[in-house]
Amino acid sequence: MSQLSSTPKPRRNVEVALLLLALAVGIGANMLVGVDQEKAFDSDFWFQSSLLAVAALVFHGVLRFRAKYADPVILPLVVALNGIGLAMIHRLDAPGDDTGNNQLRWTLIAMAVAIAVIWFLKDHRILRRFTFISLAASALLLLLPLIPGISAGEILGARVWIRLGPMTFQPGEVAKITLAIFFAGYLSSNRDLILLAGRKIGPLQFPRFKDMGPMITAWLVSIGVLIFQRDLGSSVLFFGLFIVMIYVATSRISWVVIGLALILGGGFVASRVFSHVEQRIDGWLNAFTPEVYENGSRQVIQGLFGMANGGLVGTGLGQGRPDLVPFANSDMIIASLGEELGLIGLFAIVLMYLLLFTRGFRAALGTRDAFGKLLACGLSFAVALQCFVVIGGVTRLIPLTGLTTPFLAAGGSSLLANWIIVGLLLMISHTARGPVDTTPLPPAKGTESVGIDTPTEAVKHP
Amino acid sequence: MNQAIRHSWVAAVAMFALIFGAISYVQVVGADELEANPWNQRAVLQNYCNDRGAIIVGGSPVAESVESGSETCKFQRTYPQPEPYAGITGYFSQNYGATGLEQSMDQQLTGNSDQQFLDRVGQLFLGNQPKGASVELTIDPEIQRLAYDLIPDGQRGSIVVTNPKTGAILAMVSKPSYNPNLVATQNPDEESANINELVKIPGINLNPNVSGPTGELLAPGSVYKLVDTAAALASGKYNKDSELPNPAEMSFDGIQYKLPNYAGGNCYTRNTADFAFALQQSCNTPFASIALDLGRDAIAEQARKFGFGEDLGDQLKLGYARGNGFPDNLDAPGLAQSAIGQRDTRATPLQIALMTAAIANDGVQMRPTLIKALRSPDLRVIEEPQPEQLRTSTTPDIANQITEWMVSAVSQGIANRAAVPGVQVAGKTGTAELGNGTNNSWFTGFAPANNPQVGVTIVMEGVDITTGAQLTSPNAKKIFEAVLNK
Repeated sequence: MSQLSSTPKPRRNVEVALLLLALAVGIGANMLVGVDQEKAFDSDFWFQSSLLAVAALVFHGVLRFRAKYADPVILPLVVALNGIGLAMIHRLDAPGDDTGNNQLRWTLIAMAVAIAVIWFLKDHRILRRFTFISLAASALLLLLPLIPGISAGEILGARVWIRLGPMTFQPGEVAKITLAIFFAGYLSSNRDLILLAGRKIGPLQFPRFKDMGPMITAWLVSIGVLIFQRDLGSSVLFFGLFIVMIYVATSRISWVVIGLALILGGGFVASRVFSHVEQRIDGWLNAFTPEVYENGSRQVIQGLFGMANGGLVGTGLGQGRPDLVPFANSDMIIASLGEELGLIGLFAIVLMYLLLFTRGFRAALGTRDAFGKLLACGLSFAVALQCFVVIGGVTRLIPLTGLTTPFLAAGGSSLLANWIIVGLLLMISHTARGPVDTTPLPPAKGTESVGIDTPTEAVKHP
Repeated sequence: MNQAIRHSWVAAVAMFALIFGAISYVQVVGADELEANPWNQRAVLQNYCNDRGAIIVGGSPVAESVESGSETCKFQRTYPQPEPYAGITGYFSQNYGATGLEQSMDQQLTGNSDQQFLDRVGQLFLGNQPKGASVELTIDPEIQRLAYDLIPDGQRGSIVVTNPKTGAILAMVSKPSYNPNLVATQNPDEESANINELVKIPGINLNPNVSGPTGELLAPGSVYKLVDTAAALASGKYNKDSELPNPAEMSFDGIQYKLPNYAGGNCYTRNTADFAFALQQSCNTPFASIALDLGRDAIAEQARKFGFGEDLGDQLKLGYARGNGFPDNLDAPGLAQSAIGQRDTRATPLQIALMTAAIANDGVQMRPTLIKALRSPDLRVIEEPQPEQLRTSTTPDIANQITEWMVSAVSQGIANRAAVPGVQVAGKTGTAELGNGTNNSWFTGFAPANNPQVGVTIVMEGVDITTGAQLTSPNAKKIFEAVLNK
């Protein structure tokens, strides 16, 4: 851990420089969209651009106060991605559509919530106290879309939406955070137990059955989401999240083997039993047969046509026809960007994601508490996995599922959840990069502080 | 723990490596295949909204792109004189593709042809909106309009007017026609509703073989006797003075069927006939006997030389039907019937026009063309097709002999209503019985006979004899007059 040997540097000035660059990318993209579509630079454009810039700079200011050692690359990366997404959504708005403005509103709300998380939480380790509350919250969030009255019903084959007044919200997006907190809390407390007990079969040490409880829980949650909400993407995401976290907690490859066996078994059964899963797989394998095209693969194939049309350098923002692809501004926004920005532009975007989750893993490596490591690692991996599932689906590498592209796709719940993840990663990176914090956590109200994390890790594995 | 975190990172990076690979495949490696997929409409749509070259007749456009006022699709294809030209221009549709010249001249109209390469390079650097070449047609707008109006509304029929010496097509119309603007609309719902209405009208062909004169194979009837005549003279067994048997009915061994002579003229007055009389009165039995005498192959060979069942070359730039030429596997009655343009003999109006043009042009068939010039957006001529010989159909002597007889068919025979005062008109009528009491009524001819300037071929489908006679020869006269008085 190199940070320990050198004096910690806040690097906030680097962040502000990168942030200006990121804003230039996002606002520049929005400007190009306007130029190419001959939309006037009305007051709207300047108003929206300044709002985004102000919000980003306020966020930066908050970091100076509350998390001055936070990773300086994370915020600019996310602002750039969010800005590109805003530009593309704005570009795809037909006259009279308001998706672009709605996305901007949600961006501001999401950033405000992320700021609030940083401001009030102060230290990510406090979240460990909410381990089981997080589990309950996850269960509640996942059940909400199934409760009559709150549920927004089945939209596009999945029951993942709830109705909040005039808006719809996807609680599953937030559930990935609460689940990550639960897993991190549970595993950081029980990892020794899970590690020490168990039977060795060949080179793999398998855990005791009763220690497999959380894994079974995660499996049930995933399968439940798949069956009741018909959401293959979230199901894969939750389970992937858990496998990685338990692997990081135990360093045992046996858990990954068990996990993959469970998910493959569950997936196989699901594909046989549930038509919606079978349909997804059929739409992937036989996408180019006419019946399948009419009944499901049209979306992904039209997306492929768009990306092929973009080729190496793309048609240019505002010059292609991404509007031909169904859900061009949400599920298929990667295809839209691929068409107009080309292979080069899309590679740049994917590289930004790669940098983003790499910085998250870096924070996981740097922070000294097991809970923080697990949380940062889990959240970063979740972002990476989500990108893989979405982009892989759009490029027909794997079956297309209904996950959103973080920060790019139109949709408030996704923005909110991902910005909260950014807030958490920033806080964890702050402790990772900052001077060693030896002060104990403030005691929780009414209870004796129990789980203070002393850097046991450094003792075990120097 | 840190080792496991690093491993997880490696796993995440591995997933991203797969993504990079998948993106590269879709956008570069497999892109050509995806672009060629028939479900991929992007190429059409990209062209659809561009400023496309105009199709020009007599200095004014019959198809042009105008600014639509829409931001997403800046140009709208319009057809200022829709119906008379629909068979030539075809339509240019967002969802149904293109037909006619819109299809065959697409490369030039969009500016993507090889000749326009340098212009495209210029546009690349100057940043101009892409604009295609305009296509100037050989069509004479007055003759086109006249010909279109000569087919009564509600009547199925076609008229082809050519210059026999150059192959240039001066007019080409058919009814029923349609309004291509209905199909070119930018509103997809409106478009499919319009298409669904149009396909219900019998005789409208929205498929690539768009127009009646080029795409529709019809029973030619007696105009096909010109083929028999040419075959007879070419065989050497007959000359201009040959006496042909002309019984009122022709019987065949072993069957009851009898081939009757044409009832409308004066055939019944003679038992034998020379070519002049047989062609003047359009008697059936003399030509049936020629066919039986020469055999199927001789007739088929002459038909081939006139272009029936043959390629027209791509100069016409329109989808056209070739047909199969003269029928095969015929018994004696079948050969007799086929030789007078009945039974399974089929020809398009354009093919008949080309046969006549070959007779008019000393036996040499010119390649038919609609394209006078191709002009770049700055009006520079990019290409100007020159008249081209397509094939030799017969000798000049035979052609001139047939011309002489066709002149007498107009001056003394049943085609007399095509006569133009002061001008020698050569012509031949035909009445193909369709078996339901109606006929395809034909006229094909040219004028002046000694120095042909214009060839006219008219067919009216499904008419009775009187209506047919009124709508063919007299209309031919009007067109001859209109062209020759210019």
